[in-house]
Amino acid sequence: MIWLLDSLLAGWLLSLMSGPLGSFIVWRRMAYFGDTLAHSALLGITLGFLLDVQLNLAVVLCAVFVALILASLQRQDIIPSDTLLGLMAHTTLAAGLVTLSLVDNVRIDINGYLFGDLLAVNREDLITMAVGAAIVLAVLSRMWRGLLAASVSEELAQVEGYPVARLRLLFMVLLAVVIAGAMKLVGVLLITALLIIPAAAARPFSKSPVQMAALATVISMLAVALGLGFSYQMDTPAGPSIVLTSSLFFVISQSTYRLMGDR
Amino acid sequence: MENPLLKLRNIGFERQGRTILKDINLDIHAGEIITLIGPNGAGKSTLLKLALGLIKPSHGKRSSNKHLRIGYMPQHISLPDTLPLTVKHFLQLAKRYQASELEQITDRLNIQRLLNNPMQKLSGGELQRVLLGRALLSKPQLLVLDEPVQGLDVSGQSELYHLISDLKDEINCGILMVSHDLHLVMAATDKVVCLNGHICCEGHPQSIQQDPSYLELFGQSVPAHLAPYTHHHDHTHGEHCDHSHDDDEHNKQTKHKHKESN
Repeated sequence: MIWLLDSLLAGWLLSLMSGPLGSFIVWRRMAYFGDTLAHSALLGITLGFLLDVQLNLAVVLCAVFVALILASLQRQDIIPSDTLLGLMAHTTLAAGLVTLSLVDNVRIDINGYLFGDLLAVNREDLITMAVGAAIVLAVLSRMWRGLLAASVSEELAQVEGYPVARLRLLFMVLLAVVIAGAMKLVGVLLITALLIIPAAAARPFSKSPVQMAALATVISMLAVALGLGFSYQMDTPAGPSIVLTSSLFFVISQSTYRLMGDR
Repeated sequence: MENPLLKLRNIGFERQGRTILKDINLDIHAGEIITLIGPNGAGKSTLLKLALGLIKPSHGKRSSNKHLRIGYMPQHISLPDTLPLTVKHFLQLAKRYQASELEQITDRLNIQRLLNNPMQKLSGGELQRVLLGRALLSKPQLLVLDEPVQGLDVSGQSELYHLISDLKDEINCGILMVSHDLHLVMAATDKVVCLNGHICCEGHPQSIQQDPSYLELFGQSVPAHLAPYTHHHDHTHGEHCDHSHDDDEHNKQTKHKHKESN
């Protein structure tokens, strides 16, 4: 049972990061961007194996690299942004799957990385995630006003003297850290869901950005606890169980809000 | 004249091999209102972004005091519905925000009652005032306004123009703005710059209408009720002056009546 507790703690640490960051993703309309970065995580794992780099670090670096390529391609205006994101998301995912099968001296559970694995979290991961969460939260609280100002209007923020370009890069790095942390538990295919669904569920009951980030964190923690419990009881994959639970919260939140509005 | 707040020298801007602006020279001084007009695609917004320093010119040089404080009022701002942001939160995001100034500015712009409203629920005119408030929170030496009266009815337009002109006098800033309406150029404008890829002509709003390149660009069809510049008779002459405006008006009316009775 102790390993279940490890998974739960890992999930909660993850929620502490994904609540606020997921809110930013929703505000900045970057869901597809997040998805693309998450899909590149598998490629990061493979490259980590090949080049013998610590896997979490490899995932972070790979995601940041993909983010930079995306940003530079978007600036050149070659193809519409949504096409570019779809193209990059699936190219990196395919590249990850193909290279992983070519490297034959490693035995890793692809399914686990795609859909998450309840058993995959070990003590070392837990410590890495705690450090990661502490860093992400510290950076977020320091940069909160600037990040929010840039999410509202990058032009306005830049004229006022916020370091907009640096904040954008910082946001991508934070996102990459969350993706690396979420990968084992939720799986690369479902990370974005964990980021945006709790935020969307929190929206109707939030009066300010801070409230929404906090509420998203709480909803995410509940979804992790219930989802993991379900996964353990029914022997279902961890990631999808957590995501389904947060979707349920979204439906409940929306319908309560509608009902309250009708009164 | 004192040093300009902002100098643009021989500015050119190209995008994907297409020249959008060339040979732009423009100085903006404190206490001066410059209005940019020009047809669609003339490069007005591009010039504004160059002046703001949001984009870099392909040629030429933009120079200003390194610590120049700019207040920017964008034409529009599109906030996602997913962001719970009240007017107060929005104003507090201003980089140089100070609580003591918020009250003063919201009083001046008459937007106190909006402070707790969500940004997404504001009407066009309300949003413009809030955006102006955000620009003022920067303690601007230079105010850059992108079509500030867009979407307002005629009385709303003149009200906002008056407010802007009064604010200029209160904080002695320079103002650079784009006017979307070719004819109703703000009365208090010191200089109208007529833009069409380059500066066609510039000058005082009254004199510029006589300029051949202005006429070529915009024609002469100024509707009578939208006079580009009307001289307001809000001053009184000294005793040595042998007329008063009231009498002028009166005379005209009398003459008119005479004609009718004839």
